[in-house]
Amino acid sequence: MQLDYLDELEAEAIYILREVAGQFEKPALLFSGGKDSITLVRLAEKAFRPGKFPFPLVHIDTGHNFVETIEYRDKMINRIGEKLIIGHVQDSIDEGKVVEQKGKNASRNALQTVTLLDTIAKHGFDACIGGARRDEEKARAKERIFSVRDEFGQWDPKRQRPELWNIFNGKIHKGENVRVFPISNWTELDVWNYIRREKIELPSIYFAHEREVITRNGQLMAASPFLNMDDEDLIEKRNVRFRTVGDMTCTAAVESYAYRIDDIIDEISESKISERGARMDDKVSEAAMEDRKKGGYF
Amino acid sequence: MDILKFITAGSVDDGKSTLIGRLLYDSDSILADQLEALHSSNRKNDDGSIDLAILTDGLKAEREQGITIDVAYKYFQTDKRKFIIADTPGHIQYTRNMVTGASNANLAIILVDARKGVIEQTIRHSYLVSLLGIQQVVVCINKMDMVEYSEAIYETIVNDYKALAYKVGLKNIKYIPVSALKGDNIVHASSNMKWYEGKSLLPFLESVELEVDDSRAHARFPVQWVVRPQTEELHDYRGYAGRVSSGSFKVNDKVTVLPSGFHSTIEKIEVLDAEPAEAFAGMSVTIHLKDEIDISRGDVLVNTEYLPEVSQLIEADLCWMDTRALDPSLTYFIQHNSKVTRCKIREILYKVNINTLEKEFNEDFKLNDIGRIIIKTAEPLAFDLYQNNKANGGAIIIDSRTNVTVGALMLRAVAE
Repeated sequence: MQLDYLDELEAEAIYILREVAGQFEKPALLFSGGKDSITLVRLAEKAFRPGKFPFPLVHIDTGHNFVETIEYRDKMINRIGEKLIIGHVQDSIDEGKVVEQKGKNASRNALQTVTLLDTIAKHGFDACIGGARRDEEKARAKERIFSVRDEFGQWDPKRQRPELWNIFNGKIHKGENVRVFPISNWTELDVWNYIRREKIELPSIYFAHEREVITRNGQLMAASPFLNMDDEDLIEKRNVRFRTVGDMTCTAAVESYAYRIDDIIDEISESKISERGARMDDKVSEAAMEDRKKGGYF
Repeated sequence: MDILKFITAGSVDDGKSTLIGRLLYDSDSILADQLEALHSSNRKNDDGSIDLAILTDGLKAEREQGITIDVAYKYFQTDKRKFIIADTPGHIQYTRNMVTGASNANLAIILVDARKGVIEQTIRHSYLVSLLGIQQVVVCINKMDMVEYSEAIYETIVNDYKALAYKVGLKNIKYIPVSALKGDNIVHASSNMKWYEGKSLLPFLESVELEVDDSRAHARFPVQWVVRPQTEELHDYRGYAGRVSSGSFKVNDKVTVLPSGFHSTIEKIEVLDAEPAEAFAGMSVTIHLKDEIDISRGDVLVNTEYLPEVSQLIEADLCWMDTRALDPSLTYFIQHNSKVTRCKIREILYKVNINTLEKEFNEDFKLNDIGRIIIKTAEPLAFDLYQNNKANGGAIIIDSRTNVTVGALMLRAVAE
């Protein structure tokens, strides 16, 4: 019998999560509050219930999150009864480890990397599960499911381990850790179809709502105290939703009237902008994602 | 809808990137911002059309150094099927990359340049496809536009290839004359080759039937994790979590735990709150047994009526994947499904020259070398012969000094 594609993707992701549990001493699941990491939580329930997760959830909080994301996170943690560890970018700033960016496009997105690496070091995590997918971007298209990082969190695309069959080699030296991407082979549409099938609740900002926005570099950014605005920035009310959920200063909205998940799936099926096209953080240069990954980004 | 995973085998000049680009482009699988990047690039074909090869272009590091890094994965879907392409670039490390990409593929596209016909690299690609046991092969005779869409040339190449296929043991072969550059017979039927009556490439990929190993004979369930909540209400709960690697299991099936050899019966199969009566190849489930026996990660549950081989001395095909040569004096790790143990390479029986298919008998075993060896493992492995059951017949070798994956093993026989 041939598995339906969603069943196959689900089974593969559960398999990968269980490999993490079996192969590592101290794994963690990186939870951003976005739909991909929310999907991971659902998959972890399928992998480990009725037992507890063999890892805590870790949220790297820039302090510039959407209110809706944080509310969602706390409610979800309460429901699943698992441990949440929060790494605050504000702490890294207060400790003088990073400096807040200046200027109009200032964002804490890049600062997260330091907080992430500090959080990994502090708790001694040897594997960090993330919700990245290979269809997002061409650097990710080349990354392994088990992606070994050195103690600086660096990804070296030239020294990746071959991954054969369903065999994942998680052996590492002390100080190294592995980023694991169970939904590597999913596309954006797959994630949405899965969310619909599993009836997974999402933060409200994924659905169309009215919001004050400004237009910057051709993209709609949520007006917020975290965005450096000046007189040239015109605030207007638009009907929007967010296709990814990151820091408020780097996540652009798209004009939308998709109020229900079926509308969203229709919208994506017809969409002519790929998902990361709505992320300012990749726009800086063509090799933006690759550079950030080498520096230890998710 | 199901998923078809395929690889494309070909070197830089075969038009492999153009072929993949064409599949994505003509099937409307390119999104607006990617298309914009494509159009704004100053790389064009001679006739001014867009260079579709840009779609499979690599990373900054690759562009700067003029190299390509192993496998890139591409995704697209039509209303019939989802596709995952493992794009393995052709260069020095080609063998290693192609073996990696091929290990998970249901189908291989082998590109042959119509001007050159079956050449050394065609032999190499076909041998590797056969070695890795890919069941379905599509031979695309490409660049037909450069041989005036000649049926005679196509027929000659098909006949040459049939001889090669026989030699390397490939079956289930589909031949398609194409021009990836011009789009002939890729997504749409070509008006330039009316003499070809078969399907174009994409319609073929959409409709080809996938073989699934659901025979009870190959029922294998490597245990990844034991679920033991140890709470008050679930005090006696003990579930074995894993993914059925091949075959199928039903409630009340008699199973044997290997390598220990204990027997029991399946009491229940769980997927979260659901309790399916059967778990078949590819499903991740939790299995409960009627008897309390000692089972942990690395053990495998099998159908008691159909036991796999159990041995510490195994003959296998090896593909070496590391720049440091194989050292028979070293102890390596071997990983076979969820089982990891130590191993040594006892003997190198021969190597295969993959360009000529001739056997060679020298002792060194270097990067991209392929050959037959005998391996000795510290603990017995419960395995199937790769040619009978890929899912339980492949293993990797890990260097215990660097922890890097250095070899791929296709287990072929119990060694005497």
